Amino acid sequence: MHGVVDPASAILASAEQPHGKLLEVRDLTVEFATRRGIVRAVEKVNLTLAKGETLGIVGESGSGKSVTSYTVMRILDRAGRIAEGAISFSGIDVAHASEREMRDLRGREMSMIFQNPRAALNPIRKVGHQIGDVLLQHVQAEPRNVKEKVIDILNQVRIARPEERYHAYPFELSGGMCQRIVIALALACRPQLLIADEPTTGLDVTTQKAVMELVTELTRARGMSTVLITHDLGLAATYCDTVMVMEKGKVVETAPAEQIFRNPQHPYTRKLMRATPRPGIVLGDLLPEGEGGVAAHSAPAVATSDVPLLKVENLIKEYPRQGAPSPLFAKFTGKAVDPKDAIFRAVDGISFEVKKGESVGLVGESGCGKSTTSTIVMRLIDPTAGRITFDGQDIGAIPARSFAHHPIRRRIQMVFQDPTESLNPRYTAARAIADPLLRMGGMGGLRGGAALDDKVEELARMVGLPADLLDRFPHQLSGGQKARVGIARAIALKPDLVILDEPTAALDVSVQAVVLNLLEELKQTLGMSYLFVSHDLHVVRLLCDRVIVMRQGRVVEEGTSQEVLEAPKDAYTRELIAAIPHPPV
Amino acid sequence: MLKLIGSRLATAIPSLIGVVIVTFLLTRVLPGDTAAYFAGPAATPQAIAEIRTKLGLDKPLPTQFVDYVSALSKGDLGTSLSTGQSVAHEIATRLPASAELTLCGLIFALLIAVPFGIAAAVKQGSWIDHACRLITTAGVSLPVFFTGLLLVYLFYFRLGWAPAPLGRLDVFFSAPETVTGFYLIDSLLAGDLETFRAAAAQLVVPTLTLAIFALAPIARITRASMLHVLSSEFIRTARASGLTSKTVILTYAFRNAMLPVVTTLGMVFSFLLGANVLVEKVFAWPGIGSYAVEALITSDFAPVQGFVLAMAILYVALNLIIDLAYGIIDPRARSEA
Repeated sequence: MHGVVDPASAILASAEQPHGKLLEVRDLTVEFATRRGIVRAVEKVNLTLAKGETLGIVGESGSGKSVTSYTVMRILDRAGRIAEGAISFSGIDVAHASEREMRDLRGREMSMIFQNPRAALNPIRKVGHQIGDVLLQHVQAEPRNVKEKVIDILNQVRIARPEERYHAYPFELSGGMCQRIVIALALACRPQLLIADEPTTGLDVTTQKAVMELVTELTRARGMSTVLITHDLGLAATYCDTVMVMEKGKVVETAPAEQIFRNPQHPYTRKLMRATPRPGIVLGDLLPEGEGGVAAHSAPAVATSDVPLLKVENLIKEYPRQGAPSPLFAKFTGKAVDPKDAIFRAVDGISFEVKKGESVGLVGESGCGKSTTSTIVMRLIDPTAGRITFDGQDIGAIPARSFAHHPIRRRIQMVFQDPTESLNPRYTAARAIADPLLRMGGMGGLRGGAALDDKVEELARMVGLPADLLDRFPHQLSGGQKARVGIARAIALKPDLVILDEPTAALDVSVQAVVLNLLEELKQTLGMSYLFVSHDLHVVRLLCDRVIVMRQGRVVEEGTSQEVLEAPKDAYTRELIAAIPHPPV
Repeated sequence: MLKLIGSRLATAIPSLIGVVIVTFLLTRVLPGDTAAYFAGPAATPQAIAEIRTKLGLDKPLPTQFVDYVSALSKGDLGTSLSTGQSVAHEIATRLPASAELTLCGLIFALLIAVPFGIAAAVKQGSWIDHACRLITTAGVSLPVFFTGLLLVYLFYFRLGWAPAPLGRLDVFFSAPETVTGFYLIDSLLAGDLETFRAAAAQLVVPTLTLAIFALAPIARITRASMLHVLSSEFIRTARASGLTSKTVILTYAFRNAMLPVVTTLGMVFSFLLGANVLVEKVFAWPGIGSYAVEALITSDFAPVQGFVLAMAILYVALNLIIDLAYGIIDPRARSEA
């Protein structure tokens, strides 16, 4: 099973070394062969990781942070290769080790946890077996005691009822639980190095906190070294000893965590720092120095009238419980299905108001009913009960089927979470922006007419999208540009209410900073109201006048942004705020 | 599991009723007068009318349909006019012949195409990938009667390895006692190895002919499906955990890649079963395809109706099996049902 070189003995040898270096990367350059020729994803990267140390690699998309870590484990895909440089792990030359040696290292001496834990697990294999596979591979267990060991490991990652969960498939577990399984998989063989690649992106803040604390605790107890790859400066600041900032494949700055946040040296680090939402700042502070944007408006408290634009009263949405505890699932978990569980209340009697010119944030963790609420307000689905009044008209009574043709429809628009998925891939940016104009703007007769072109160009100018990009298709645009197209489309008909469903969740922080400022500016010029749906309280605070915190379909707290964030009354809100990591500024 | 089977069968009932109605109407609107055909070219109009009355073709359509359905409910599919045999009996002997041939062809194709597809996906862009593409393209481009004749010429006429392409068994052997209707299985059940060998020898060349044709869709879908799965994130996790490539490819990737392959298999099977008329003709195989075509040419509607109905039932059964296979492979499909 094992190669000629015994990694264990090599590790023993390296343990004698005085400096206690576990990983050392020197002048690493990684190239990818693409259709457009060779692309350098990582250039001359140097890093050192001591035993027991936690290193954060921070950067935005395309910075090369993931490629660097994949190279350390030598799991780059076929197109990528190490062009230059050396990687030494416990004295082993990773760049030149044989595939067999690497296989023995992976999972046993160095392992990795990934973003999107559900996708990182084999969907059709029991999670217990997946952990067992790793143990058996590295001879850490034998077929007769493997189950016992797996259950022991499940206990260590705090999975309740591990004997049952051993037989669960990933789709039967929550996102946070799947991430625990991935952690169990990575730590099963007690490796020396853990690489965590955006381990909590896509998880709720409270889950993120629990997962990060678990990782920290386990790695500390075992004296492991950790590399934490993240785009979130707050996360790096909270959990890392040293932070390395990368931009476009190059390292721009490496320093102890404390120092890099108190006194960032490189302009890019400073830009990232500024763009990270944190307590005690205003929207304009997110932009780089000198690019004030709407910084002139020190606080988001802008004149709002007292006239309610949208009034939601006692809104209820029920779904028949599907899939959740299906009879079959209940059979093998041994749980009886309660007939009361047959109906699930996604939204459980909530009421709120949005005034003209006001921004209201709807905050909560996944499954709290915030998206269902916004979809009902958008009249895409029908509520089970309750009233929705828009500008004095009861729109809740209009069936969702016919709302698309209702004159009020053009006054309510939406910006979606994923800028890529929400654009038709076969429409150019111009066509996407023109879409509502053609459908509802009475410009259908002017298809391709000069008036339409002018209008689209004007909208593009308003959202800061260069006119020469209008002929491009979504795949030719960057994330920020696509977000601008989505916003331009939403404001094309001069709506009164725009529902923003996590519009910046998929964007890099520096892009998020620009988009948030753009949204604020547009709101002021066009006098719109926003219903901002988000899980990120800091972002909500920057953009919204009032915040509604939701949990399990109910409103737990409501108040002005300042009140809710600075003096939260509800215990759950306090928990949410405490769970958000932020740089020590 | 039983509930699943029950609900699947229940949903199949309306489609079977539809098939009964449509085939009945279709055979009535097809050009050609059955009575005139069987009366012969020299028959007088009176003779034709007499035959028509005898066959019940002079009755109004609804009455004919009621007669047909009531006979059907008793398991009577009618009598073939050209052979004088009961259709139910003919189908019962001919369907296993076709099914045996098709299944053998499919299994043989699977044994070659699946490993080939996996290898082509794992070593994408290598010589084996190109070979896979070349062979599958060639296989699907050559018509079966051509490959059939070519193989007969080569293995029977030139090399003399294969027996004469004359049906399911050499004339010197008698058919084994019918249990399943599959000669290979029946001869083994009877413990008659000689007959088994003879039946197998007759099967080899037609099986090969069908397999070459069925190779392409299976290999292609295996390759595409493997490529898709190999690029997914859980494969990266498996590799990052140090699992061997064998475990990664077979246990992790292939089981996930099997779902589209199973779907394709069902389609390929039903397609082959109906469409292997040409292979049956070339090898004088007493199968259901050639039977149906002959009946269609002579406007002999009872066998045509029987054939379509048998195929419809088979298709329902096949889909049920595929659904069950899905449930076995994919726990998510199980819990949805």
